[in-house]
Amino acid sequence: MEKGPGPDAVFAAKLADGVFEIQKCGGCGSHVFHPRVICPACGSADLEWVAPTGRGTIYARTIVRRKPERGGDYNVVLVDLDEGVRMMSRVDGIAHDEIAAGLKVSASIGEGADGGPAVVFRPEGGAS
Amino acid sequence: MSLRGKAAIVGAALAGCGEAHGKSAMEITVEAVHGALADAGVSLGEVDAIATCQPLDMLSGLTLAQELGLNPRFTMNNRMGGSSFLSHTLWAAMLLELRLADTVLIAYGSNQRTASGKLMTALGLPTYEAPYKPLFPLSSYALAADRHMTQFGTTREQLADVAVAARAWARKNPEAFMRDPLTREDVIASRPVSDPLRVRDCCLVTDGGGALIMRRAETAKDHPRPPVYLLGGGEGTTHRDISEMPDLTATGAAQSGAAARDMAGVTPADIDVVQLYDAFTINVILFLEDLGFCKKGEGGAFVEGGGIAPGGHLPVNTNGGGLSCVHPGMYGIFTLVEAVRQLRGEAGDRQIDGAELALAHGNGGVLSSQVTNILGTEATL
Repeated sequence: MEKGPGPDAVFAAKLADGVFEIQKCGGCGSHVFHPRVICPACGSADLEWVAPTGRGTIYARTIVRRKPERGGDYNVVLVDLDEGVRMMSRVDGIAHDEIAAGLKVSASIGEGADGGPAVVFRPEGGAS
Repeated sequence: MSLRGKAAIVGAALAGCGEAHGKSAMEITVEAVHGALADAGVSLGEVDAIATCQPLDMLSGLTLAQELGLNPRFTMNNRMGGSSFLSHTLWAAMLLELRLADTVLIAYGSNQRTASGKLMTALGLPTYEAPYKPLFPLSSYALAADRHMTQFGTTREQLADVAVAARAWARKNPEAFMRDPLTREDVIASRPVSDPLRVRDCCLVTDGGGALIMRRAETAKDHPRPPVYLLGGGEGTTHRDISEMPDLTATGAAQSGAAARDMAGVTPADIDVVQLYDAFTINVILFLEDLGFCKKGEGGAFVEGGGIAPGGHLPVNTNGGGLSCVHPGMYGIFTLVEAVRQLRGEAGDRQIDGAELALAHGNGGVLSSQVTNILGTEATL
């Protein structure tokens, strides 16, 4: 294994630079997210960083109910990227109850709950 | 070599269920231990192996040994969340069969209701989920429920019927925490928390503890109460975080249940009474499917209209479950205590006539760890 930061720190540093990348296994060709030391499909440590297309499909959605004075409702989703990996995120630019499994979305870098950079999604085609 | 019928639960007790004002988690735990020892007719000094897992005390096995004044030959502190205790029974059976221990104590206790009024946990949000603020653990189960509804057409009403059935059982159990009538309409009108789940889809927040004493089958009849034999067990671990669960509609209960049935030599149709960790209503639907009581996708229809309520086609969570009886954070041990009571025939108004085979199932994390135990009376050996 190489010296230097581990995959979590590399991912975070890329994100802070405005870059969203996932890993791809040189052993079996699988894409990998979240970032790992070895490929969970084949065990290879030959993982390289690649840019995903950013396109994905909603797998599941919940709306967290919160009083308006505490910021109001928000959505939490699981997105299946076209590369075959899943991640948690949220969808902006659409009413919460219009988000459902099957919705096509595309990734960008927005702001997470802690104010740091986070991968978020919008409906593909820019639905308002 | 099989562990089938090699070890038995010879003592079981609850303590501090509901509200245990002014008591610490470990004090509730030790009260349960005291009760289980009395139930088993075993003296404290005979205990030579212990198992526990507590939400906030990472070294709870050591704390329990200290509080009991024991120097055990083995101290098990396996932590997989609420399923841990159903794994402890399997390790206990292994220790007993290998004669590495003679008397194993399994115990749990929590004061989460009176101490904090909410789930007490040492867990934070996972790194790759925290930016999106899912409610822990509620939103994870909400996502699973949403997916099940999308994929199989499971309805809001069917989810509600799980909570209604639990309440109907709780109304037969004087020890249950919530015993007021509850209708499908009440559940659907309750406060939304993380869609599609509402407050009445969620387990209670109570205090409570439980303890079990296990011994080898050959000496299991030397105790006051009828032994309850461990016939089979198995585990499944599919992920830790919900975003890493391969299929939100298929849990590790398929693996754990098959392993438990294979060891026990029974089919789902043989089981007389079922105790499932119902942290949320969707859990029951998922586990009934994955444990083979119905086909995948048909869990909603299985529970609809009183299917698992008193008088239904399968008695599930006869104590009222985590939804209506007791839920002090890590419920697994309560599935075992209720199974023991049913197999001893001491469940009062909720007793299932002629219950000989019981299935107890624990869930840990966010549908992450699944552990199944199949238990039986002497007649099933």
